[in-house]
Amino acid sequence: MSELSHTFAALSDPTRMGIVAHLATGECTVNELVSKFELTQPTISAHLKVLEGAGLISRTRRAQTRPCKLRPEAFKDLDIWLERYRTLWEGNYRRLDAVLDDLKADQDS
Amino acid sequence: MTPSAPPSRPPAEVTLPSENAVCVRRTFDAPVDLVWRAYTEPALMHRWLLGPPGWSMPVCDMHVRTRGTFLWRWRNDDDGKEFGFSGEFKEVVLHQKIVSTELFDPGDVGGTMGEGATVNTVTFEESGGVTTMTTLIEYASQADRDAALATGMTDGMEMSYKRLDAVLDGGAG
Repeated sequence: MSELSHTFAALSDPTRMGIVAHLATGECTVNELVSKFELTQPTISAHLKVLEGAGLISRTRRAQTRPCKLRPEAFKDLDIWLERYRTLWEGNYRRLDAVLDDLKADQDS
Repeated sequence: MTPSAPPSRPPAEVTLPSENAVCVRRTFDAPVDLVWRAYTEPALMHRWLLGPPGWSMPVCDMHVRTRGTFLWRWRNDDDGKEFGFSGEFKEVVLHQKIVSTELFDPGDVGGTMGEGATVNTVTFEESGGVTTMTTLIEYASQADRDAALATGMTDGMEMSYKRLDAVLDGGAG
């Protein structure tokens, strides 16, 4: 459970979530992330350190570019991911409930 | 639960039926003809298909018939940034089924929903005045699906986090 909350804390930052989303499409170098997110290299590196510490990404020692990639095993517990995805849908569906209530009321009147 | 809470409906259920798909299922306390209308008429869709808090839906263009097209755009109330989806209806069976292709347009928001279009199959099943809507989204690849899951979470993050934290703290909804 503590590992999960660690993962959760690492993902609680919008930039880090953005990095994770970006890495979901494939591995990437720090420089690529710097230009993608328009942040300084130290800032990106600090975020990567947190993600790496949480076991969400790994960085190869290859040359100097040290490309980062997601560690699929860290996302085994998809429940967290799905729970948040679900929350988005549920938000829409609660509004849809309200629309349907109005339509039913119109029909009855 | 507050006393004013609506009668409890089972919340949306998300499953991963295959490595490149997501399935979302939810029941609605209404007959299928009303659910269908709310799902396909722009004037009604505007009221609920908003996504994360702080977004509105200025464009909702629907031609609900086989080989008809649709175009949806959302705009952020604060910074005016936009993103959208467009697609074509492959199969429309009134009150039963809508199959469409759907392509994510990152607009000036960005995000990584994968490169290709998805195939979305929405089915409607009514039983005793209660309608179950099932949305199956099939991505071109597992990488595309996982990217979409991650992007969805980024968008709704702050509000969702607060709600999720409460759920986790309480151990139940």
